[in-house]
Amino acid sequence: MRDLTENILELIRLASTDLPPDVEASLRQAVEREAPGSAGRGALETILKNVELARQNSTPICQDTGTPIFYVYYPEGWSTRRLRDQIRSAIAEATARSYLRPNAVDALSGRNSGNNLGDDHFPTIHFEEVAEDALRIDLMLKGGGCENVGAQYSLPNSALGAGRDLAGVRKVVLDAVHKAQGKGCAPGVIGVAIGGDRGSSYSASKEVLFHELDERTPDLELAALEDRLTTEANQLGIGPMGFGGETTVLGTKITNLHRLPASYFVSVSYMCWAYRRRSMTVVGEVVSFA
Amino acid sequence: MRQLTIPLDDKTILSLKVGDPVLLSGIMITGRDAVHKWMVDTFIKETRQPQGDDREVYAAIKTLLVGGVIYHCGPVVSGLDTKDYRFVAAGPTTSTREEPYQGDVMRHFNVRGVIGKGGMGTKTLAACQEVPGVYFHAVGGAASWIAQTVERVLGVYKLDFGVPEALWVIAVKDFPAVVTMDSHGGSLHAEIEQKSKAVLEELLAKA
Repeated sequence: MRDLTENILELIRLASTDLPPDVEASLRQAVEREAPGSAGRGALETILKNVELARQNSTPICQDTGTPIFYVYYPEGWSTRRLRDQIRSAIAEATARSYLRPNAVDALSGRNSGNNLGDDHFPTIHFEEVAEDALRIDLMLKGGGCENVGAQYSLPNSALGAGRDLAGVRKVVLDAVHKAQGKGCAPGVIGVAIGGDRGSSYSASKEVLFHELDERTPDLELAALEDRLTTEANQLGIGPMGFGGETTVLGTKITNLHRLPASYFVSVSYMCWAYRRRSMTVVGEVVSFA
Repeated sequence: MRQLTIPLDDKTILSLKVGDPVLLSGIMITGRDAVHKWMVDTFIKETRQPQGDDREVYAAIKTLLVGGVIYHCGPVVSGLDTKDYRFVAAGPTTSTREEPYQGDVMRHFNVRGVIGKGGMGTKTLAACQEVPGVYFHAVGGAASWIAQTVERVLGVYKLDFGVPEALWVIAVKDFPAVVTMDSHGGSLHAEIEQKSKAVLEELLAKA
């Protein structure tokens, strides 16, 4: 099996230092919506200057390089054990090269491992065997500030008047965006999962964030709810960094899972504007990045 | 754009109002979760005995913090092996986690400025009025941009807390921020929270 460590290192560098084009384009549109001279517009202008500088200098867009979350889709015949070793080596090297901040902290001793390698869950790596010939690795770097404002609701929720239907989902998601204020580094992108158990629901609310901003869910009812939530979240007026303004979120992505009769979870993952996700594909000898 | 020099005096602090954009220059220290807990437990509430180099670190930062500025930041730092430290990426972290500690830290050390993101609550706002002090909001995530304003790393304490959690002493020039909590009781965060709450209630009332 070939060694992909160098390629994975490049994937990490790209993710940390080069914001995806769809996110940058969305931020550029957001600037135009904010009033000239407002603090919100100033924040977005600084954000865009930072995005350009990070790309040019190959330095992290944000100092919180987050939890590295990998999804590996591999054809039959690859060794997941070796792929895991290669990912972990690449993570340690990326940390040594300052593409990543040492972020793995022992929850009991408080000790930082110094190289971003923790237990089996740090970095987070999901493996899935696929029928295709190509191997694909998706990577998301999700910072702690936005992770901390994620929320999970068990419906019905009488305080919010939220029942077990999409009208109820709408209410709890708006509540989550309100509670987040600017703390998740607004304008963010909202990942929502309806259903599942507590664990699978939260995971799905992050997985949906791997899709590009203009990719739509095929479910027309969910697509309509995504649009409505984006519009209404922006009506809250929280604005960039919570300074007030027109753009509180850049988009909303919703997915759904089967649930138990007794449970109706709605999980909300908030992704900060520094929406760092990249992908690499290996077909034969050719490795490409997106 | 106001140019401010650290240490900050009373007159400067009292003249600052919510919404003022500023550029800060001078020496500041970084401190976040581990540092705030350590300061409060060891030297303010004294629920923990000083250990190791605690006393020396305390003495060293005490002088820096009079009229000084604490920056809620966990930087990416290069040169860790050679000790030729350089800030590579250094945006603010979410400040609200320091809410239980910040007011006491400001009063104890006479800290006049706190830089972070996301704003802080009523305890810190009360300390801003008493000390007096202000909360400066930096742009979250603008880490490469802000790192450019860090001209030199003058030293580091408590590196055993880990790189993000250590106390880094830095010399900055024209560090950009906006005053979002002032010494007169003004808080942009309280204002936005209230306004957005009213909109949320309207939206929740709709089907």
